[in-house]
Formats: sequence, C-alpha cells, structure tokens
Amino acid sequence: MAGMTMIEALRSAMDVMLETDPGVVVFGEDVGYFGGVFRCTAGLQKTYGEPRVFDTPINESAIVGLAVGMAAQGMKPCVEMQFADYVFPAYDQITQEAARLRHRSNQQFSCPMVIRMPTGGGIFGGQTHSQSPEALFTHVAGLKVVQPCNPYDAKGLLIASIEDPDPVIFLEPKRLYNGPFSGDHTAVSQGWKSHELGEVPDGHYAVPLGKARIHREGSAVTVLAYGTMVFVAEAAAKATGIDAEIVDLRSLLPLDLETIEASVRKTGRCVVLHEATKTSGFAGELIAVVQEACFYHLEAPILRVTGWDAPYPHAQEWSYFPGPERVARALETALED
Amino acid sequence: MTLKTSLTFPGPPARPGGTPDFSGLHLAEAETFGVPPLDVAATGCADHANGLIRVLNDAGEAVGPWAEYLGEGQADALLQGLRDMMTSRLLDQRMMNAQRQGKTSFYLQLTGEEAIGCAVQRQLRKSDMNFPTYRQQNLLISAGYPLEPLLGQLYSNAFDPLEGRQLPIMHSARDYGFFSISGNLGTQFVQAVGWAMANALTGGDDIAVGWIGDGATASNDFHTALLSASVYNPPVLLNVVNNQWAISTYTGVAQGRGHSYAARALGYGVPALRVDGNDYLAVTAVTRWATERARAGHGPVLVEWVTYRAAAHSSSDDPSAYRPRDEAAAWPLGDPIERLKAHLIARGDWSEERHAQAEAEILSEIREVQKKVEAAGTQVEPQDMSARGILEGVYAEMPEHLRRQRQEMGV
Ligand SMILES: Cc1ncc(C[n+]2csc(CCOP(=O)(O)OP(=O)(O)O)c2C)c(N)n1
Repeated sequence: MAGMTMIEALRSAMDVMLETDPGVVVFGEDVGYFGGVFRCTAGLQKTYGEPRVFDTPINESAIVGLAVGMAAQGMKPCVEMQFADYVFPAYDQITQEAARLRHRSNQQFSCPMVIRMPTGGGIFGGQTHSQSPEALFTHVAGLKVVQPCNPYDAKGLLIASIEDPDPVIFLEPKRLYNGPFSGDHTAVSQGWKSHELGEVPDGHYAVPLGKARIHREGSAVTVLAYGTMVFVAEAAAKATGIDAEIVDLRSLLPLDLETIEASVRKTGRCVVLHEATKTSGFAGELIAVVQEACFYHLEAPILRVTGWDAPYPHAQEWSYFPGPERVARALETALED
Repeated sequence: MTLKTSLTFPGPPARPGGTPDFSGLHLAEAETFGVPPLDVAATGCADHANGLIRVLNDAGEAVGPWAEYLGEGQADALLQGLRDMMTSRLLDQRMMNAQRQGKTSFYLQLTGEEAIGCAVQRQLRKSDMNFPTYRQQNLLISAGYPLEPLLGQLYSNAFDPLEGRQLPIMHSARDYGFFSISGNLGTQFVQAVGWAMANALTGGDDIAVGWIGDGATASNDFHTALLSASVYNPPVLLNVVNNQWAISTYTGVAQGRGHSYAARALGYGVPALRVDGNDYLAVTAVTRWATERARAGHGPVLVEWVTYRAAAHSSSDDPSAYRPRDEAAAWPLGDPIERLKAHLIARGDWSEERHAQAEAEILSEIREVQKKVEAAGTQVEPQDMSARGILEGVYAEMPEHLRRQRQEMGV
C-alpha cells in the first residue's frame, strides 16, 4: 500500500489498464511525451510507446470523435480533456454520438470509453479553468458520470470506468489532485501521502460505479456531496459539532439511490452541496430524488449550498467557492425545525 | 476615389422559372487524368483534385488510363452493378409511394446518385466499415443486406432490427459494414478516422470509409476528420458526395471560394481526387485504387464524387420551390443507370429486352418483400410495438433508476 496523490493514483490506474488490456489507448492534448499539464499521464508514453499513448491536435471534438470510432471498433480509449471547461466543442460527439450509440444501433455498436477532465475551482483558474459541468452530462441518457474525492477511489473508479462497457465522464476535482481540502484555503495543503485515503494498492482493483460511500457516519442530518465538497462538508461538521452523515456520491449517474434513501430515512434531514452554479444544477436532481422517496421521513426542508449563478470569478474565487461557513449555516438551519 | 467594403452571398445560377446552367462546374475530358502511384502525396495530385476523373465518355465507351487500370473482362461485375443500381432506384420509387400513402412517416431517395454507393461497396471487404449518411442506403443493397430488415426499418415494425428507435432511413448493420447513422450531420466523418486508427492499431488491414454531403463539409467534423487523418495517416477513404444541393441551399454556400471540395484536402496534405460520380466505372476504378492504397499503408484519400440530387431532398421537401424544374435533365453528367446500361449494350453484354426483364424481376422481388413486411404493420395500419425496448440498451446493464422507470411505465 503506497501513499499516492490523486494524480499518481489516476496514473497508476491507466498504467494498470494499459498493461493488462491491449485495447486501452490514452490520448489528448499534451498527454503523450510531456504527460499532461497536470502530469497525470507522465511516463506512460515512455512505458507503452506511441501508439498506446499519444498527443492530439487541440481539437476536443476530434479527440472524442476519434475515440467514438475507436471504441465502436472494440478498443477502449481513455482520453483527457485538458480542463472540463474545454469539453464543449466535444459536447456534440459526447451527448449525441457516444451516449446513444448502443441504444440507437440496438446493441450492434457500443462506446466503451472514458473522458477524463479536471473539474472545479479553488486553484485560481479564473472562469475557464474552474467550471463544474456535471449537470450537463447527468442529463444525458447513456452516459455515466463519476467524480472521486480521494486517491483510493480515483484509481478504483478509473479502472472500473475503463472496464465499463459504456461511455463514462470522469470528473477529477483538481483542488484535490495533490491533497485533501481542510476547508481553510489559506492553510498549506497537508498532501495525500500521509492521509488514510492516500493509501492506494499498487495493482488492479476496482471501485464499482453507481455505489456511494459513507464518508462520515452521523445521525442528525445527511449531507450529499461529491468531489472537493466532501471535505468542505467535513470541515463544516467539525466546526459546528453537528453529527452530520456525509455521503460521498462518487457516481452521479447512475446514482446510488439505496444509500441516499437509507441515510435520509435515518437522519430525516438533508443538505445538498456542490460547486457548480445553482440554477438547474445537480442539487436540484438530488433534492427531487430525496423528496420523492423520503418525503414522509423528512423533518425539515431539504437545503442546497452551491456556487452562485455567475461565471466563476478569478480574484473573488473564495467568495464563489462554497466554503465551510456556508455549509455550517445550512446544517444549522436544517436542524432548526 | 472612395473604397467600399462589401459582401458576397453565393447563389445558384438559376432559380425556379430560370434556365438551368451548369457552366460553372469544372468538367473535363475523360482521358485527361492518369492513375497516380499508390504512394502519391497530396502535392502530386493537384490536377486530380481540381479536374474530373471519368472512364465512360459521352458515347458510352470506356476510355483512358483509368479504363486500362480497370482492365477487361468484367461484364459480370458490371451487370451486378447495374442490378444493384436498379434495385436501389426501384426501391426508392416503391418506398416514396409508400410514404405518400402514409404507410411510413419519412423517406429519403438517392435517385441520380446510385453509382456512388453501389460501386464503392462492391470494392470493399465484408470487414470494412462504412460511416454513411442517410443518403447511402444503397451501400446495404450492394452489400447483400436482406430486404426484410431494410424495409422493416422503413416501416418501424417487427422487422425493424432497431425496434423503432431510429427514423426510417437511419439504418445500422454492423455485419454488413454499415455504421449506425446519426441525425447530426458530419459527426460520422471523424468517427471513421477513429475506426481506421483502431484498425491500424489492432494490426488488421481493414479500412474505414467515411461519407459526407457537400453541405455538411461546412461542419467542424469535416475539418477535424481531415486534420486527424492528416496527422495519423490511417487507412481511411473519405468520400464527399457533391450533389449540388443541401436541401434548398446551393452548394456554393458550403464551398465558398474554394475551387473543389477535393482540393480542400490538399491543404491538409491528404491526397484527393475529383471524380464523375455518375460513372459506375469511374467510381469503381478510383475506389479500387484508393482502397488498394489504404491497405498498402499509404494512408487516407479524399474523393469528391460529382453528382446531382435528381429527387427531392426527402419526402418532406419540394425542390420546385428553389430550383428550376428541368434542372436534373440539364445535368451534364447524365443518369448513372442509363450510362452503364448504354455502355453494356454497346459492348454487346446487355439489351433493352434483358433490361426490361431484369426490371420486372427486381420489382416483383421488392413487391413480395414489401407485402410480407407490410403485413407486420405500417403507419396506416399500425401493429403495437412494445415500449419496453425504449429503456433497454441505454446501458449494457440496466441501472436502478431505469428499472424503476420501467416499472412505472408498466411494461
Ligand atoms: C448538425 C445538423 N444541422 C442541420 C441538420 C438538418 N439537415 C438535414 S439534411 C441537411 C442538408 C445536408 O446537405 P448535404 O450535406 O449536402 O447532404 P445531402 O442531403 O445533399 O445528401 C440539413 C441542413 C442536421 N441534420 N444536422
């Protein structure tokens, strides 16, 4: 069990899959020789050679379009968008082609591919390096959408995603690439290597898609979160002393309905949390799911804490990023009734 | 002197009521263009990309270097080609009628463009993969795809292999080298390049064949495909079917100030040829060359097939609203079926009587299948189709939320 950062864990997942499955190919902008701007694929081209790991032109639509053709032929492309913010030129190929190929061809063709993309803010990336576009993908039938919040899950979920027979959008919270988030953006990051969730097995293991994880057990209120927000929720629970149960969703599509419902039935209260803008965000879906299944168990309205409905600002980043104070207020409000 | 900036808005030489005029087309004599070496570079085929490769001259004779490249003694193959094209056209007529009778919601003819799909397909292997548009249904006919599923798809009934999920003309037949058609124009062009790359990566010598209309060459995916093909040099044949019209939009709107669509590929370093698409022999010869080239590892080729969409864009379209009524008759490259027929008759391999007989045979075969398939339901007399299939095949395995929705649907 080696201590790994999330970047190292993701690289390890691709390494394991490139080694065990000759159908796996890794490509994207700068991912080959250089190993990606976040260095996620560093060294892979050296080990596996150019046909398996290679650079592409700066054309996201081509990256995904080529991957659709390759996947339909039977290979398993694992491609990188340099930032989630740049996925939009490829949106057509993802939503209308990759997502539907299996269904529209009545299973004659399928699209086993993974599209990795760094997502979220907290690194002073400005509006085009900070977005969280998950809701734009969870609305699309035929896609799977995954977001890990720690190195162990990152590796296990990426392996499961590459092995999955359907297209997977793999969102990587870049704020967590090199260490967990204490909730205090001025604090120096502690790094993953000494963290319990940084213990990552070397070889092959999979974390199944569609299964949530209880990050912190509690009985007073359920917090539904994913990515960096899992740690924001943790910081808020610690700060307030509220006995919150934090559910790390891990997979947004398909969603682990059973785990969510069991937790909310137990606590009777629910706060939903994400970085993305509020209106029509994924929180709306989570609230609807909880409301439909757990209405008679609820003792308070379901609350949501999200990014504001504005483009991600550069200098005021920490006013935008939903921090522990906003979550703490929501937890307290949820417990008022 | 005052200088003034201005814009141009391309339009066709003639609108309804006007006189058809194809003088702007770059046509050429049949014999002009030689057969380039298989490893020709883009710089070596500028003439081919800007000219027009033909084999059949206006007298119906096979002439020039490409005729020599094709060689003698292929009457059987040409008769088969004629039969494929006749089947394609008769099916168009029958199905257009069926649409007018309300039996199917939508149909899309390829009348006038038969030579392209039919001849290309006959040069492919079973394991090659086409990435077609909705206007290459005849690839299936030439691949020997049974008429039952082909018509089943058109009627969206129990014979439909896609169980009603797709529009009538949006076929998918993996075993016949026919990729699932998307309604989004252009997307398949770059996917073909990806498929070809995968073929090369997995060590096979199968090729991918991309298809796009002249209008859709304006889409991003046309350019992403060319760039990708240029960068990675995979075994892909990229076809542009230039049929002069994109619904009501004149081809010049997609072409801009470019000379030909083929010439566009040269800027990407991809060899390209411009070919008479109404000449079954020319299509055969150039496809044979391009596929040989790709299988020998020399990489991609783009071919512009110059043709004319003689029919309406689709059953929902009325071309008399935007082009002269007699434009098809004025089309200088003739009709592909008539041209091959005349050639075969001149060679002594065919006759008017045999042609009429073949037509009757094909028609009765189509009628028979049509009767059988229509018995399973049409739009006029629909038979229930279970909605259960809607939620199946969204994923390889059905997730919990879909299981719940299926329950809610009550099927
Ligand atoms: C991305 C996209 N935009 C618009 C359309 C609507 N549309 C369907 S066919 C067509 C014209 C296509 O013309 P062309 O590419 O020349 O092919 P042709 O129909 O002539 O074979 C248009 C605009 C579409 N299907 N997809």
